Amino acid sequence: MAERIALVDYGAGNLRSVHNALVAAGAADVAVTADPAVVRAADRIVLPGVGAFAACKAALDAVPGMVEAMEQAVLQGGRPFLGICVGMQLMADAGEEHGRFPGLGWIGGTVRLLEPADPALKVPHMGWNDVIADAGHPLLVPGEAYFLHSYAFEVTDPATRLAVTDHGGPVTAAIGRDNLLGVQFHPEKSQAYGLALLARFLDWKP
Amino acid sequence: MTVRVRVIPCLDVAGGRVVKGINFVDLADAGDPVEQGRVYDAAQADELCFLDITASHEGRGTLLDVVARTAAVCFMPLTVGGGVRTPDDARALLLAGADKIAINSAAVARPELAADLANRFGSQCVVGAIDARQVGPARWEIFTHGGRRPTGIDAVAHAVHLATLGAGELLVTSMDRDGTRDGYDLALTRTIADKVGIPVIASGGVGTLDHLVAGVRDGHAGAVLAASIFHFGQHSVADAHAALARAGLAVRHTDAVLETSV
Repeated sequence: MAERIALVDYGAGNLRSVHNALVAAGAADVAVTADPAVVRAADRIVLPGVGAFAACKAALDAVPGMVEAMEQAVLQGGRPFLGICVGMQLMADAGEEHGRFPGLGWIGGTVRLLEPADPALKVPHMGWNDVIADAGHPLLVPGEAYFLHSYAFEVTDPATRLAVTDHGGPVTAAIGRDNLLGVQFHPEKSQAYGLALLARFLDWKP
Repeated sequence: MTVRVRVIPCLDVAGGRVVKGINFVDLADAGDPVEQGRVYDAAQADELCFLDITASHEGRGTLLDVVARTAAVCFMPLTVGGGVRTPDDARALLLAGADKIAINSAAVARPELAADLANRFGSQCVVGAIDARQVGPARWEIFTHGGRRPTGIDAVAHAVHLATLGAGELLVTSMDRDGTRDGYDLALTRTIADKVGIPVIASGGVGTLDHLVAGVRDGHAGAVLAASIFHFGQHSVADAHAALARAGLAVRHTDAVLETSV
């Protein structure tokens, strides 16, 4: 039987793009869902996100039972989880966009404004850039992916930073531990590189 | 390396159809934006831009359908502009699959639209489109209605204002150069790019690959937009990447660039 992928719908986010890309990567059964029961029963969970940290967290919290369902499936159930862009940032302890707001606290760290010293480097960090995977993670391979963000994940434990990119210095490109993976870039917008990563996620047995 | 220069083909769409020609072979329907989007995706364009040049109210449903069908086959960022007047207009396009929304005339009349969209959807999806004509030495003015109607608004000040309000990117088009194939207005592009902290897309007037290089090197743009040189088959996206790479600019290591570099 095909695995069930839950794509968490909390009213924020580029759901259609991520859905299209998961299907193109080989997913047979992707449920775009705001139903905690569907998330609890899913084999794999994807949390997308664009926009501001606090707005996304508030929208996620506003879906009754969703955070609890995700934690049950992912933290207790060990189901593979992929956070994308702000969906990845939400895994942090806190985000500092328009104030300081608590995140899910799954990966220790804080999401802070990018402030490259070189004024020629623009913010948002927008466009294709390197994914420098330095931890030997099975899902992350070196390549180029599309980034679009003004804030970046600063990890507490260096072992949870799985890949970096360069924008006036190293910037976190991927974080994770165990069955959790978060990517700052947009695999759904990164053509062959991104689709291949999603395909590996669909096969991932952490 | 650093973030790469983006090469962005732009399709002018009217009534759901591409209105400038395209010269690719093997296109079942060259007027179908979806077909062209698929071709540019395969060609490894860095992003794609749709500008709805009619932007009629009646055409919105058609445009939303085109955006949805394109997003289903294109795995690169898609910017859509034309006729966006309200956050609800933007939301409909985002839900259809657009990644960024370009705002133009409505933001001339009411620049706060940039802030409205940024607050609701995030700066990353707000592209401030600047259509400017030179009106004096180092002075440019915003024009509307395809460059025919002056507004008295200083283009550089307007660009800085949109950036301050929360636009995440600026699409700077020289109406003097658009369609001429004489190259970007580099002074306009550079003047704006040097005054804002957000990326600038150079637009209007590309006739050769050297113009793309100049847009980045001399115009200080982070992305180069072009229409005719791609649509009529004069150059491929790979040619553009290769020309930028030869000039020492950072581009993606797409298949074609890798082949030419070995």
